[in-house]
Amino acid sequence: MKRHVVMAAFAAALAAGSAGAEVAPADVKWDEGAIAQSLSGVAGDPDSGAKIMTTNALGNCVACHQISAMPTVQFQGDIAPALDGAADRYSEAQLRGIVVDAKHTFEASFMPGMYKTGPFIRPGDAYTGKAAPADLPPILDAQQIEDVVAYLLTLKE
Amino acid sequence: MSLRNSRNKIAATAFAALVLGLGPALAGPADDTLVVNEDVTIVTRAPAAAHLDGHLKEVYSGWLFREDETRKMQKDDFDNPNFVFLEQGLDAWSAVDGSEGKSCANCHEDIADSMAGVRATMPKVNAKGDLWSMEDYINDCRTNRMGAEAWKWNSADMKNMTLAISLQSRGMPVNVAIDGPAQAFWEKGKEMYYTRFGQLEMSCANCHEDNFGNYIRADHLSQGQVNGFPVYRLKDSGVVSIHQRFVGCVRDTRAETFAAGSQEFRELELYVASRGMGLEIEGAGVRP
Ligand code: HEC
Ligand code: HEC
Ligand code: HEC
Repeated sequence: MKRHVVMAAFAAALAAGSAGAEVAPADVKWDEGAIAQSLSGVAGDPDSGAKIMTTNALGNCVACHQISAMPTVQFQGDIAPALDGAADRYSEAQLRGIVVDAKHTFEASFMPGMYKTGPFIRPGDAYTGKAAPADLPPILDAQQIEDVVAYLLTLKE
Repeated sequence: MSLRNSRNKIAATAFAALVLGLGPALAGPADDTLVVNEDVTIVTRAPAAAHLDGHLKEVYSGWLFREDETRKMQKDDFDNPNFVFLEQGLDAWSAVDGSEGKSCANCHEDIADSMAGVRATMPKVNAKGDLWSMEDYINDCRTNRMGAEAWKWNSADMKNMTLAISLQSRGMPVNVAIDGPAQAFWEKGKEMYYTRFGQLEMSCANCHEDNFGNYIRADHLSQGQVNGFPVYRLKDSGVVSIHQRFVGCVRDTRAETFAAGSQEFRELELYVASRGMGLEIEGAGVRP
């Protein structure tokens, strides 16, 4: 049974073309809020990144940030600075760090850590209100983070 | 930028330039006064209580953050969807229930006299030293004095009754005790208010203290006050209790929420109610 699970995970990793290259949330190497290494080892897809950023159950970045380059996305929030020109202000490594866990860049940030599995106070199972499973996944997976970073890198003024 | 956002920007800029002439303006609260039935004026903005020093200068009812149409529904009881349910609560007040053959009215007589001001003091510490919400007092009377079954916290029967009782405090200032035997509960509620729960690591204060007036996606954030409760939510087509709202707000931080009626939520209710000191009980609010 156990071997089965391991084999399945291995097969999935192979299928994603990233066997061994994926960095788990706990193994991320920080350098003053920045993360130099790709989390998936596979180049990010900015179109997928844009979808993740505007999907409620995924990144939902537009809940807090406005992005002028997405004029058709309705109801963009105004909690946080607009992301226009983000790639002029931050390097790829810094942007990856902000998306993974902004609290390494901005102390006590309101922005949720997107690639973080704890420690949390009373973590839940997504939006069910029930307790989280022991192996709570991060909000975004490694490739989704890379996709979002790829999109952010297009935001130049 | 969406149409709505550009509209906000323009409105906010105009407001800052024309009215204030200084500093950045928040989007809301609305410049409106709540007069119900062209008769009762309800205070919806007030200087913050001393215990909020360094946190809030002014407190605002959630009513001030709603759209014109929604605010209007609360100005006339004929337009206020709570009243169908509130009237059922008034009927239940004089209906006999339970093995003792009693109704609420048998002991408490006219609700308008006996329950005047009660909602404004809830939750409060009972004779045994426990912190009780209004629902606890009602169920105590039902089970121990009437020989009737307890109502579930978020049942229609319970909400109808809390609506009927809350109306008797309409226009009365929030008046919860936070000292003496209540203090320890209040401190716990305060700690909870500033705790960053769940996978999103968000506290009540992150949204309702740091960001009221701002939009989180389509939602215009208020201060999360409870003086308007119970409220009718148009989205749910139903009445929502204070703890029910808390359940939703904690759940939305990707957290394991607490149960309605839990000790934690009673303490949180006391603290949140105390943040509304200066505001008046609306009996009963309408929300989107
Ligand atoms: C709950 C609100 C919230 C959400 C959701 C959110 N952010 Fe943020 N973000 C913030 C805040 C607030 C800041 C400002 C830094 C601070 O003070 O914490 C920020 C800062 C940033 C910055 C730096 C901006 C600058 O110019 O300095 C970037 C880039 C960023 N966020 C990207 C994202 C991305 C990408 C997502 C979605 C995956 C996202 N944010 C989701 C609240 C949020
Ligand atoms: C047999 C008499 C009796 C009946 C019937 C009764 N109550 Fe009570 N109720 C009391 C007494 C006595 C108290 C005061 C308890 C105390 O102070 O600890 C009380 C207290 C309350 C309180 C708290 C008031 C305050 O100021 O703290 C509420 C609310 C209440 N009752 C609601 C109800 C409702 C609603 C019903 C009907 C479902 C009801 N009661 C039925 C006797 C009764
Ligand atoms: C992610 C942001 C967020 C967090 C965190 C949050 N809320 Fe809310 N809350 C909302 C939104 C959105 C609404 C609906 C709009 C409004 O009134 O702000 C709301 C509404 C409320 C209301 C209803 C106000 C009214 O007048 O109708 C109360 C009460 C409330 N929240 C209390 C709390 C408490 C207590 C906590 C902490 C346990 C909390 N909220 C945490 C977003 C949040």
